Amino acid sequence: MKRTISVLVENQAGALNKITGLFSRRAFNIESLAVGVTDDKNISRITIIVDSGNNVVEQVEKQLNKLVDVIKVRTIEENHMIGRELMLIKVSTSTRTRQDIMNVCQIMGGKIADISPTSMTLELSDTTEKLNLFEELLRPFSILEVARTGLVALQKGNSGI
Amino acid sequence: MKIRATKAIIECLLEQGVDSVFGYPGGTILNIYDELYHYQDKIRHYLTAHEQGAAHAADGYARSTGRVGVCFATSGPGATNLTTGIATAYYDSSPVVFITCNVAENFLGKDSFQEVDITGIAMPITKATYLVRDAQTIPDIIREAFAVAATGRPGPVLIDFLKNVTAPSTEIEYTPLPKKEHSKEGRLAAWNKRVGWDIRTPEPNMEDIDKLVSWIDEARQPFLICGGGVVRGRADQEFIEFAEKMDSPVAITLMGGGGFPGSHPLATGMIGMHGSQASNIACDTCDLLIAVGCRFSDRVALDPSRFASQARIVHIDIDRAEIDKNVKTDHHIIGDAKRVLALLNERIGCADRTQWKREVFSHDTHVPVEESDHMTPDQVLRMIYSKVPADAIVATDVGQHQMWSIQHFHFTYPGQLLTSGGFGTMGFGLGAALGAKVGNPDKLVLHMTGDGCFRMNGQEMATESHYDIPVITVIFDNRTLGMVRQWQNLIYGKRFSQTDLNFAPDFVKLAEAYGLKGARVENLAQLEAAMDEALAWGHGYVIDCVIDTDEMVRPMVGGGSAITDFMLT
Repeated sequence: MKRTISVLVENQAGALNKITGLFSRRAFNIESLAVGVTDDKNISRITIIVDSGNNVVEQVEKQLNKLVDVIKVRTIEENHMIGRELMLIKVSTSTRTRQDIMNVCQIMGGKIADISPTSMTLELSDTTEKLNLFEELLRPFSILEVARTGLVALQKGNSGI
Repeated sequence: MKIRATKAIIECLLEQGVDSVFGYPGGTILNIYDELYHYQDKIRHYLTAHEQGAAHAADGYARSTGRVGVCFATSGPGATNLTTGIATAYYDSSPVVFITCNVAENFLGKDSFQEVDITGIAMPITKATYLVRDAQTIPDIIREAFAVAATGRPGPVLIDFLKNVTAPSTEIEYTPLPKKEHSKEGRLAAWNKRVGWDIRTPEPNMEDIDKLVSWIDEARQPFLICGGGVVRGRADQEFIEFAEKMDSPVAITLMGGGGFPGSHPLATGMIGMHGSQASNIACDTCDLLIAVGCRFSDRVALDPSRFASQARIVHIDIDRAEIDKNVKTDHHIIGDAKRVLALLNERIGCADRTQWKREVFSHDTHVPVEESDHMTPDQVLRMIYSKVPADAIVATDVGQHQMWSIQHFHFTYPGQLLTSGGFGTMGFGLGAALGAKVGNPDKLVLHMTGDGCFRMNGQEMATESHYDIPVITVIFDNRTLGMVRQWQNLIYGKRFSQTDLNFAPDFVKLAEAYGLKGARVENLAQLEAAMDEALAWGHGYVIDCVIDTDEMVRPMVGGGSAITDFMLT
């Protein structure tokens, strides 16, 4: 089962290394990991997706809490979460296919980030499922490259971690 | 006031009450050693033969005194030589602050001479590592490092200073601060305001306590495990009261030795792979198992799924991450063993469990002594035990002699037994014994070792001799790697691959070469004479005890088996 863990850490050299190092040495598998600074420049937020049983997620949380650089750890429940991921996807185009690709992009709420005579790069920010669907729909047009950021997430409503 | 950065480093150590440092100098740490030169009357530095020996000595000092140990080493190989010592301290939760230095900022990351990323290397084997690049942060970081090492579940911390940070020309603003004020300043103060990371020792939840009290009331066949947390938390008196009130049998883990007196009528001996029949059978048949400060390692809970399968399992530990990590428990209390047990003792009544005790103690708590025409480990240990004061500190290495020592000696207080339990470091003993003697000059210190282990860090006899730190080393000399040979004997069809050590030096001559005395003994009369000589001489002494090559540690349960599935009884 997929779980989203949100971690606030001190924004200093080595902090990310300490977190990823913990995952590898405890043999926890990470599905995705996204890092960025918060409104406080001394604090970074790391969003981690773990696909494991409850026991593993509990251990991840407890072990993270033991790291000195970690300020807070919270597992965010699926239905209390707003999660978004950004995807850039480059598709091969011809005059014959360009319009169809643009239609898919428009339906999915994506944007055209770059265009050339033989290719188009589309961007979409949405949930992981929508991104997967977007990729699926574009597959018949020959995908050249895909880059995804990994999920970032916050809790719904007023509550924070 | 503005003072030299290195002076601030030493002053910060003095704030912590540091009086002894174990270490080894080198290029990048020269500035700190130069400063130390001015502080010889306040801090005694012990120069070991090898950085690993210094690490184990600081660890032994910490384990035996309960104070934070301190160890210095230089960059590169000096720092990497510490790593086995750091890991040894980490796996047994021993509070040690390791101080290393690294190349200067302008050489950092350029693969400079003796440069290594020691904060990176030490990351998985420390509670925290600090790379100090800004001299002004020195006081804050040292205060934080000591607090992290000693608070909660203790453990090692590493601070790596860049050489330019310690340059004689570097001056910083330093305000002396008594230790009890540290938590109100700087980073420690910021931490105290945090919710998630808790530097303070967690206060036990009263509902959790009450629930256990009611379970204790309901239990008919309770059983207790005394783990290393009782030793680290110096909770022995509370534990004894708890066990006596509950009238419950008690097993110790390897690390729990000294947490509950081995001579106590409720003691069933060690539990696990080399646990006694009484301990292992009681664990399997009890209806309430309370484990205090124990992490259910694979040497205790050999098969976690079948461990104490008839019992409600309750785990008392200071480290939340230990709960349900190895064994699925039914209830837990987070907190310091001393505090939790005191709260429980206030709330439980006195029970009488004569019937259950009769059942448990109908099984052996010790291996029955067998007649033998040659000197056995059992005889060696009984002779030594009869000669030394009851409060003698025992440092062991790792292997058969370690198990024998813990099975035979009756440890009575925390810090009396120093042994590498989690990491199982051969070569730990001599350094640890030296550190323990430095921290406890009035106690007799024994170093129990094997011929294999002794050869790993035997060069610390130079330290023992130079500083005249009297330790009695007892070698269980079976001319083989005994524990590995035992497995080869029992599990590997007697194929003794690379365990023959029948090419050792003459240990007595070796001891004499270092300025110590020694004796090789082949029978009990010789052993007694050697012990008498060692005790009378009062300096470092090595007794080489010749025992049979095929002696085994009994009982034994195979790894991953049910705890009562004895391979040897």
